[in-house]
Amino acid sequence: MLTIFFDGIAYGMLLFVIACGLAVTLGLMNFVNLAHGAFAMLGGYCAYVLVNFYGVPFFASLPVAFMFAAMIGLVAERTLYVHFYNRSHLEQVLFTIGLVFMVSALVDYFLGSQQRFINLPAYLQGRFDFFGIGVGKYRLLIILVCALILIVLQLILGYTRFGSRLRAAVDDQRVARGLGINVNWVFAITFAAGCGLAGLGGALGAEILSLEPHFPLKFMIYFLIVVSVGGTSSITGPFLASILLGIGDVAGKYYAPRYGGFVIYTIMIVVLVLRPQGLFSRGTSK
Amino acid sequence: MKEAAAALKRKRAWHWLEYVFWLAAAASIFLLPSQHALLTQIAIWSLFALSLDLLLGYAGIVSLGHAAYFGFGAYVAALFAINFYGEPVTGLLVAGVAAGLLGLITSLLVLRGTDLTRLMVTLGIALVMYEIANQMSWLTGGADGLTGMPVNPVLGVFPIYFITTNSYVYVLVVLFILLVIAKRIVHSPFGYSLRAIKGNPLRASSIGIPNNLRLIAVYTVAAAYAGVAGALLAQTTPVVSLTYIDFQRSADVLLMLIIGGTGYLYGGIVGSALFLVAQKFIGNVTPQYWEFWIGFALVVIALFARDRGVFSIFERIIAALRKEKAKS
Repeated sequence: MLTIFFDGIAYGMLLFVIACGLAVTLGLMNFVNLAHGAFAMLGGYCAYVLVNFYGVPFFASLPVAFMFAAMIGLVAERTLYVHFYNRSHLEQVLFTIGLVFMVSALVDYFLGSQQRFINLPAYLQGRFDFFGIGVGKYRLLIILVCALILIVLQLILGYTRFGSRLRAAVDDQRVARGLGINVNWVFAITFAAGCGLAGLGGALGAEILSLEPHFPLKFMIYFLIVVSVGGTSSITGPFLASILLGIGDVAGKYYAPRYGGFVIYTIMIVVLVLRPQGLFSRGTSK
Repeated sequence: MKEAAAALKRKRAWHWLEYVFWLAAAASIFLLPSQHALLTQIAIWSLFALSLDLLLGYAGIVSLGHAAYFGFGAYVAALFAINFYGEPVTGLLVAGVAAGLLGLITSLLVLRGTDLTRLMVTLGIALVMYEIANQMSWLTGGADGLTGMPVNPVLGVFPIYFITTNSYVYVLVVLFILLVIAKRIVHSPFGYSLRAIKGNPLRASSIGIPNNLRLIAVYTVAAAYAGVAGALLAQTTPVVSLTYIDFQRSADVLLMLIIGGTGYLYGGIVGSALFLVAQKFIGNVTPQYWEFWIGFALVVIALFARDRGVFSIFERIIAALRKEKAKS
């Protein structure tokens, strides 16, 4: 029981690390980015290639995965995404689904369509007993890393100049521009960092999330649930939403494997219908 | 007042290209016997894309889960044929009514919220339908699919069961009838009120259009159309499986409509023809990487054509060339 709870938290933490970049994209630029999972997948494959083919230690591969996804995110943002900011949501959806298809096919072409596993170091395998709770070492690592990321994110958002610029831009873009904040620049950096975090999450969670070319489409709905249920006005909203989703999903798969997906989607629809702005939002409309 | 009425009537009248198109379609029954299987597929996807066009092109509702109604119609048609009566037209009507009812109920969920919420709710509805079809395997056959569906002659006289050409004629006639009805709908005051809502919901409601009722109505009609399209596919390939309802199908139909262009009813036909023919050619060369080219096409179309279809790219090039000429 508590083990499921623990696994659920690990899963939810992962979802949060991957999806928090998406929350910013959506909240700041009102941009529907269905391709966010593609960056997570790229990070995961980056770590996979490094660890399995070149023998890079697992821990060293994580920052590389972050940088890799962030660089690709930055380039994609400056060359492609920038054309779509003032377009309709339909065009943004088409564009990002197109990107997903292309990335999936490319990964399939270069690395094959089978599910891939990163060779985890021996000290991360297995579980130990902690006051009667079975704790997987790998999942414990995920929770620790994600908690660290969450704290760093909160500190950056709350206590740095960049963080206050970002919050200002999310709250009211026009006024922020009027105050001389270079919103485009803030956004490019944030977008790249969000992609990087997605890549890091993809690398970290490759074992849980199953790394394969159709990863972005499979998890698209989960990331969207996190941001739409959590709202985009803070990072605590998406965080709570991801933890709830993680625990709900793991528990659902464990106790009622046949109806797990069904329950998650139904709850999502109900929440969206009752609270279109998200469960934890302050009720501002964008 | 008279002028306005005359202008509306002009818009409702048939364009000469439409006559050409339907004559060509009728001629294809006799001239292209080897391609009838492909043409049947095109006609069914056309009808499905047409139903999405009613939503997207006229009412501006972005749906990522339109396959829910397609699949529901297909399952209803198959189950009705197995358990009650195997006459195809009756099956179409039953499937259309059932999918329409599902659309009517689910439209209440889609009304609220912004584009993103709608997108996710439609996607969620399709996922829930998929899960239901998957889990109720005693009824739907689950992952194995539903087989053994009887297909009697149409109206008792016109056999279509595994007869490619007759199936094509049947599907084409259904497409024609439903397109004519759709044309009436979109050129009626109701259709104009939909476009008003798409243009600006706030203004539309302030000139007295009941936005929600209109959106519910068009969602129901579109769902019914999708259900009929699903039933047609079920009857012409007598297996109904989970692929009828999966995300790929919702994405494909959106893509076809976008390739052909939204908001003029024929976009879905043009788009599905281009899509399926391209799939046949590119898919033959590199079946695995067809997905890459689809993605590429989506990105290019989203960049340059927006939602007016591939032809608008040519139009824009021509317009740009003309401008250059006028300058020099």
